[in-house]
Parts: sequence; C-alpha cells; structure tokens
Amino acid sequence: MPELQFREAIRQAMQEEMRRNEKVFLMGEEVAEYNGAYKVSQGMLDEFGPKRIIDTPISELGFAGIGVGAAMNGLVPIVEFMTFNFSLVGVDQILNNAAKIRYMSGGQVNMPIIFRGPNAAAGQLGATHSVAFESFFAYFPGLKVIYASEPYDAKGLLKSAIRDGNPIIFCESEQMYGMKQEVPDEEFLIPIGKGKIKREGSDVTVVAHGKMYHLAVEAAKALAKDGIDCEIIDPRTIKPFDIDLVIKSIKKTNRCVIVDESHPFGGIASEVGFLIQRDAFDYLDAPVQRVTLPDVPAPFAKNLYDLWYPNAKQVVDAVKSVMYKN
Amino acid sequence: MSKSAVKAFTPSGFVYKSTDLPEATKKDHKKLGLTTDNVMFLFREMFLQRRFEERAAQMYQKGKFGGFLHLYIGQEAVSSGVNFVLQPDDDIITAYRDHGWGLVRGISAKAGMAELFGKATGCSKGKGGSMHYFNAEGHFWGGHGIVGAHIPVAAGLAFANKYEENGRIAAGFFGDGAVDQGALHEAFNLAQLWKLPVLFVVENNGYSMGTATNRHTATEIYKRALGYDMKHAIVNGMDLFSVIETMQEVAKDIRENSNPWFLEIRTYRYRGHSMSDPGNYRTKEELEEFKNNDPIERLKTYILDKKLAKQAEIDAIMDEVEKEVLEAVDFADESPFPESNTLYEHIFSGDDLVIHDHK
Ligand SMILES: Cc1ncc(C[n+]2csc(CCOP(=O)(O)OP(=O)(O)O)c2C)c(N)n1
Ligand SMILES: [Mg+2]
Repeated sequence: MPELQFREAIRQAMQEEMRRNEKVFLMGEEVAEYNGAYKVSQGMLDEFGPKRIIDTPISELGFAGIGVGAAMNGLVPIVEFMTFNFSLVGVDQILNNAAKIRYMSGGQVNMPIIFRGPNAAAGQLGATHSVAFESFFAYFPGLKVIYASEPYDAKGLLKSAIRDGNPIIFCESEQMYGMKQEVPDEEFLIPIGKGKIKREGSDVTVVAHGKMYHLAVEAAKALAKDGIDCEIIDPRTIKPFDIDLVIKSIKKTNRCVIVDESHPFGGIASEVGFLIQRDAFDYLDAPVQRVTLPDVPAPFAKNLYDLWYPNAKQVVDAVKSVMYKN
Repeated sequence: MSKSAVKAFTPSGFVYKSTDLPEATKKDHKKLGLTTDNVMFLFREMFLQRRFEERAAQMYQKGKFGGFLHLYIGQEAVSSGVNFVLQPDDDIITAYRDHGWGLVRGISAKAGMAELFGKATGCSKGKGGSMHYFNAEGHFWGGHGIVGAHIPVAAGLAFANKYEENGRIAAGFFGDGAVDQGALHEAFNLAQLWKLPVLFVVENNGYSMGTATNRHTATEIYKRALGYDMKHAIVNGMDLFSVIETMQEVAKDIRENSNPWFLEIRTYRYRGHSMSDPGNYRTKEELEEFKNNDPIERLKTYILDKKLAKQAEIDAIMDEVEKEVLEAVDFADESPFPESNTLYEHIFSGDDLVIHDHK
C-alpha cells in the first residue's frame, strides 16, 4: 500500500470525485495557479483546467454565496477556505443559506456543497488564526461536520462528503497535512457519522478527534507503561456524532475522558459529556473528565501558547483522575 | 457638524423625498412586440398580485396567521415586466417582499396563500412563510430574509448556468437597503470578473423600512455599477412598458455576451414596510403622487384608450381574479397544518433523519 500525506489523501479524494462527476468543482483563494496555499490542490489546475479549479479574490462572503447558488442550481462546489478562521466573514452564507434553504423550501432545493480547509490552532499564529470551529458549526442544524485525524479517514470521508448531497463542513489541519499513512489504491468510502475504535483497551474510554486524537495516542502509550489500558475512539465525524459507539465502550470501561480542541463552553466535550451522563449514568465509576482549550483566545508568546494548547500530560492526568490514581 | 447635517439626522418634522422617477417609455405595446393577449395577460397578472396581497393583509388583520407580512403593492410592474421578458427556465431569486414574484413564477394563489397561513399545502409546505416562498421547478429560488445575503447566491445561480453552458441567465432582486451590504460589492466584483450571465436589480422603492434612500446610501444607487465597469440603467418601475423595454435589451445582452448588468428600477411601495408600520416617515402627498402613477391603473387606462378591450372585459378579468383570490383564502383556511413529524423533515436530502439526539 502506498503511503500518502494527509494533503495527498484529500487531493486524491477530490481528483477521483471530479473525474467521476463533472459537476464537482473546486474554488478558493490560491487553489489554482499557486497550487494551494498548503499545496492540497497541487496539480489539479493542470488536470482539470481553469473552469473547474478556480482562483477567487479574497471575498469569502462572495464566493461562499456563489457556491451556495451554484449548488442550488445543480453543481457540487467544493469551497476551500484558506483556513476556517476566514470563513467568518462569509459565515452568513453557510449558516443562513447553505444550512437552511432546503428546510425553508420544504425540501424543494438541494444543497450539495463542501466547505473545507484547515481548522484550529497551527502554532503561534495569534488569536485570529487559531480557532477550532467544529463545535461551532456542529451547533447548527442542517450542516454535517467532519474532522478526520488521519489520511485514510480523510480520503474516505471526503469522497463520501462529495457524494452526500448536503452541506458539509470538512475540517483539516495545517499541522497534519504532512502526516503520512498507508492508503489503499483501490477506491473506498467511509460512511459519514461512524466513529472508530482505534485502540482497544479495557480501563478508560478516551474520545478524541482531529489533532487531539494524536495527543490521545501519545497519552495512551505513556499510560500503558503505568499499566493503564486506554480504549481510544476517534468519532471522525462530529455531526452526526456516533454516540452509540462511545456508550458501548463506556459500558465496558466504565470511565471516560473527552479530548476536545474547542473552548470549554458549549464544546463537543460538553455535549458528549451530557449524553454520556444521561445514557450511561449507571455504568460510570467516575465523573466524565475533559481536556479542552481554556476559555481564552490563542496567545502568541511561545510559553503562553504551550500553556494554552492541550498536551498529552493533561490527557494522562485526566485519565488518572477518572481511575482515581493521582 | 453643520446645521443642515444635524437636520438631516433628525428626521422628525423633516421628511425626505423618496426617489425620482425617470421618464416612462413612449413606445406602445406593438413597438415592444406585445400582442393584445400579452397586454391583457399582464394586466391580469399584475392585478392578481395586487388583490392577492390586499386579501392577505385582511387575513393577517383578522388574525388568520402570524409572522411578518411585507406587501409588494405598488411594485407589480417590476415582477410582471421582468418575468415577461425572461424565459421560464431563467433563474429568479428575490428578497422577503416575494409574494408578487412567486405568483408570476408559477406559485398558484392557493399555494401562496396557504404558505402565508403556514399550511402543509403552501408553496414551501408551511416551512418558509411569507418571506420564504420557493418554487424550484419554476426556477424561483426564494424568498430570502437576510437583507443582501442572496445577492451572491444570484451570482452563483448564474455561475452554474455558465458552467453548464445551458443558455440560461439568472436575475437577483433586492431592495435599496440591500445596496448598503458588503455582499453586494463582493458579488458585483466576482460577477464582473468572471463575466457571469447575471442581472442584478435593485427595486428602489424609496425606503429601507423608515429610512429614505438618500438618508441610508451615499450617492445614486446605480453608480455602484461604475466601480466595476458593469453595464447599468435606471428604469421607471411604475410603468410596465418601460420595464419591458429595458429588459428586452438587457436580457438579450446578458444571454448573448455573458456579462452582468445592474438595473436600478425606481418604484414605490404603497403600504408600510410590514404590517406594523404606519409610515410616518413620508408625506401623504408623496404617496398620492405615486398612486397617481399606479402601474395597474396606467395599464387599464392604456387598454381602454387603445381600445384593446372594453370596460366590461376588464371588469370580467377583475371579477375572475377576485374569485381566484377568495378561493385561495378558503383553500388556505381549510388546508391542514403540517403534520407534526414534518418538523423533522427536509433538513437533509437522502436519509432525512440525521438529527442530533432525536429518537
Ligand atoms: C442583515 C439584515 N439586517 C436587518 C434586517 C431587518 N430588515 C428587514 S427588511 C429591512 C429593510 C430593507 O429595505 P429594502 O432593502 O429597501 O427592501 P424593501 O423592504 O424596501 O423591499 C431591514 C432593516 C434583515 N432582515 N437583515
Ligand atoms: Mg426599499
């Protein structure tokens, strides 16, 4: 099996789907001539030409809206944001139009559109460039939200997203684009809304998606040395959320830690934590714990950034606390 | 601040004039290529919009339905004139003052009235209401409640038509208030840059709620096109033939050359912004002045002067429309509300029940 970088997996997904369906096109800032701000779309202009790989001005509101209109009128736009931080100046198109028009029209209007791009913190970029948006978008009915942690999942999920026929937020990460994993040559799809147990264990269920998944892996390795056996669930899709998988795991481990790159208030950890206490209350041997960002914008200074950003040690401590081992 | 500027920011006792109408066209219907049947059809269509909304207002006041109700009364020559020139499969999108647009785009009076009442038989199955009429089959893409947000969407409809090379054009309509939104500028730039086959139309009815046009927007509205080198024109929207005349040239140019246009169609709304607005920001004289220019009355006079029909024939049409509207009211009244389970439908295509924490 060939090893692919995360960015290559995303590129392959787009290429395969664009070869399969002429209505799919990609637009965004620097996606064509520049080959992508993070080289995700490298070579795609050469293959598909300027009709289907389209450089836009810095007009997120304008081109997100053009995507919405094009989707209503039968095309399948992939709208790339240079990062999701910049989607905010166009977010009205996503939240008011993409997410709601089908509902308001009584099901008459379809909205097959993907909004994708890097999400969440990527080092010392300051407060405006470091926001994790998955829980924000997941708040809104009418959107599906995906945040893969590995190239294989990213490829299979993006292909499903492009075929899904609905508005989808597909989160990536600057810091994961170079990450490699074996990805089969043969075509495959991963269903939206299905999580995966990526490490089986018996002591604690650790739920972690996106970059946080890798923190969980690091923590699980450290904890294994102390004889603590973590089961890691990567939900892969944020919405719809595969809560059944989590509940089933907790019925086995009786303990849970959620690692979430959101700020704490109203983040994924809050919602999943609520569902767990309601649906698995009798199975819990300890309160559910979470590791999140603090309720603070991203700082610049290296030392402050390191304090701000979740780390494996916090995950280790959280797991130990639900094991009553610290 | 100068004295006059202070005055300009204190509207009480100081009423602004809404908008100046350009000259109406001198061409008659034959010069514009219209048959007598066309003229009579357009008269009926405009009158239907008028009576539909007058009855809707009555029903609202009777408490038959809630929500907002923004009436298009006075502006009917815009919807009828534009739609007459466009092809049935050209794409139209508009703001929340959308009943007239829906009626000219294939939504029946029954389905339109039922939507106001929030009934399952409404044109959006009771899910959209007054501001969100849709008829996708008739290439009518809403009905949009966020001021200015559908302007880029109009460009997107046109983008798809250009991509598919299907010869269709798209037309987006919005109020003078929407001109102040950034979305307009991004859409104008993209449309001109990409040579999209799109028509942008501001229906300048003189007011954005209670704020007169020259109190909410700097300089003349049509000049927004100049910064983008976009083709543009000002049109008398109280005169059906003027709208048709301009639209014939504009639609042809957009279709043949794939470039955007911006039309400032000047018109007037007779009623308040919505049902709760008594309209204290304008004078009775101004309202009367525009009512004297009423597009439906003008056309009626034209029909009689040119002897296209007798008064009796006009009366018969008006009676028929009245009946159609009353039947629509009964239909809406008697129609069922949407089933409770439809609350959860129409969110996603395909497997509809992807609803968080819903069992
Ligand atoms: C973004 C946004 N801001 C405010 C409103 C509230 N609002 C609804 S209509 C309106 C006035 C718009 O006037 P105009 O665009 O001239 O259209 P008209 O009502 O005259 O048809 C306002 C302020 C809104 N719907 N959307
Ligand atoms: Mg107005």
